[in-house]
Amino acid sequence: MSTYSVSKAVALAQSAEEGAALVGRPPSLSFSFPAGGTGVFASLAWIGFGISCLWWPDIGDWTRTHQLAAAAFVIAGAIFLATVAGSRLGRFNAGLQKRAPWLLVSALFLTLWEVATAKFAWLPLPFFPPPQSIIEVYTDDLPKLLDSIFASVKLQLGGYVIGAAVGFLTGVSIGWSRSVGYWVHPVLRFIGPLPATAWLPIAFFTFPSSWSASTFLIALATGFPVTVLTWSGVASVSNAYYDVARTLGAKPSFLVLKVAIPAALPHVFVGLFMGLGSSFAVLVVAEMIGVKAGLGWYLQWAQGWAAYANMYAALIVMSLLCSGAITLLFRTRDRLLIWQKGVVKW
Amino acid sequence: MVAHALAEAVTYPAVGASLDVERISHAFDIDGNVLPVLDDVNFSVKPGEFIALLGPSGCGKSTLLRLVAGLEAPRSGVLREDGDPVTGPFPSRVVVFQDPTLFPWRTVWNNVALGLEAQGILKTQRQRVDAALELVGLSQFRNAYPHQLSGGMAQRVALARALVNDPKILILDEPLGKLDSLTRITMQAEIVALWQRKGFTTLLVTHDVEEALFLANRVIVFSDRPARIKADIAVDRPYPRHRGDPRLAELRRNILGLLGLDATW
Repeated sequence: MSTYSVSKAVALAQSAEEGAALVGRPPSLSFSFPAGGTGVFASLAWIGFGISCLWWPDIGDWTRTHQLAAAAFVIAGAIFLATVAGSRLGRFNAGLQKRAPWLLVSALFLTLWEVATAKFAWLPLPFFPPPQSIIEVYTDDLPKLLDSIFASVKLQLGGYVIGAAVGFLTGVSIGWSRSVGYWVHPVLRFIGPLPATAWLPIAFFTFPSSWSASTFLIALATGFPVTVLTWSGVASVSNAYYDVARTLGAKPSFLVLKVAIPAALPHVFVGLFMGLGSSFAVLVVAEMIGVKAGLGWYLQWAQGWAAYANMYAALIVMSLLCSGAITLLFRTRDRLLIWQKGVVKW
Repeated sequence: MVAHALAEAVTYPAVGASLDVERISHAFDIDGNVLPVLDDVNFSVKPGEFIALLGPSGCGKSTLLRLVAGLEAPRSGVLREDGDPVTGPFPSRVVVFQDPTLFPWRTVWNNVALGLEAQGILKTQRQRVDAALELVGLSQFRNAYPHQLSGGMAQRVALARALVNDPKILILDEPLGKLDSLTRITMQAEIVALWQRKGFTTLLVTHDVEEALFLANRVIVFSDRPARIKADIAVDRPYPRHRGDPRLAELRRNILGLLGLDATW
């Protein structure tokens, strides 16, 4: 009698899962070069990048050009040595082989960037700083940048953990209990779709500090998708699972903890992923507007001083942090949902 | 495989319970219409008996099993297990459904352990899970996930998940309905062996007349919905039975006649 709903629920879980999996899956560039060949070319490209730094004089006043060239030569040497050492490096070598095309292309990109900015200024200068000026930011402005990173991570982590926990508990409650659903569902429908950033002006004067206001907003941005996905996950668990557990003597707590939640977990992770994305947006906006710390604030500050290199440097860090957080989330999911391997396409 | 496992398995006392189905009627509300499914069904089962319930598709046999399992309460009438009224699910009455419905996030071992875990006795009774897996011949697959199993293996795990609770009444809701015919024949013999070994009372819903006659002491034939009992036929043949037995062929003709299908035979 419940076959229809079972297959529907599974199909839903699968499509949501696949959507998330597609985002997390690295694109597989399947070049097939002779072993080591690409490694040698990548090494040559990095030498080329180093030479491009030294060959022409800089048209601006940058202090790290020589160090950048030296670093390029060191990288070229490392790639060359690793390629020559070949199979003696075992797994590392396999990884290198896989990434060699990327190493090659990034060296070419860096060379183009260097030549187009520092050497001939094909791109207008203050707005498009050369690689060495970004290196300069990382070396000379490191303390301030580290402070900003720390502030951002702290704010993001606090808000995200609170939002995910509250969202998960709310989702399970409304998925499980009709009466909780009766009261929470309309509120969720009314408030949920509102972008969390719309609360910014109110939040900043109702909360005691800009930090607590931002934490609240990040939690809100995280909580909504987590709640909705957890709820739909719990609600779509097949009745057959409950029937089986009940005939085996399961009490309601067992049905929630050992049936509903594990069955809903694939949905929950989709919610956590979506929540992470929208909370990043809130984090940056909150830092740009109210919080006097963090990478968003750093961006704003750099713009005020027309320090474009600092902006690019901060953007790169920000993107590394965000993609790192998402990678971490997917690793966690892959560990917890190992049973899905073979059930859905990863 | 099972015969070998049986020789090594832990011995349990024969624990079948009696079951009294007293004037059970049941109906569903579908879009405001009352759809009667069971009409004054009345029979009783002796401890350790193997009963097959036969009837046209959708006649309400599976509903009756849900009532016996305690998953739903009947509109009227009483079900008694060893004289005590059935008020809800209890692990002395375990169901094996048509779909194995193994929990995909649990390994085979953890699926079988489900009942003991739900009852809070797993920590002291872990060896019962091992014994049940041994009984169905799947010890090597203890760490596999359900999606790695074939249909027959999954249904064996579902059987082990039921048997680990030492049920007094085993409720089989077309457990072999979706298996290929070869696996079916093997598992029919396995079910008989398990039943003879353990002594539980068994209720089997099936569409397969031959299966009913091969397995059961008694075959109860139901009418179309709302189901009422058309015939209660004793299968007076010893075990192990043979599919070519002329007496079984005769009974099959009778039963097909009751179901209105004798013309095609």
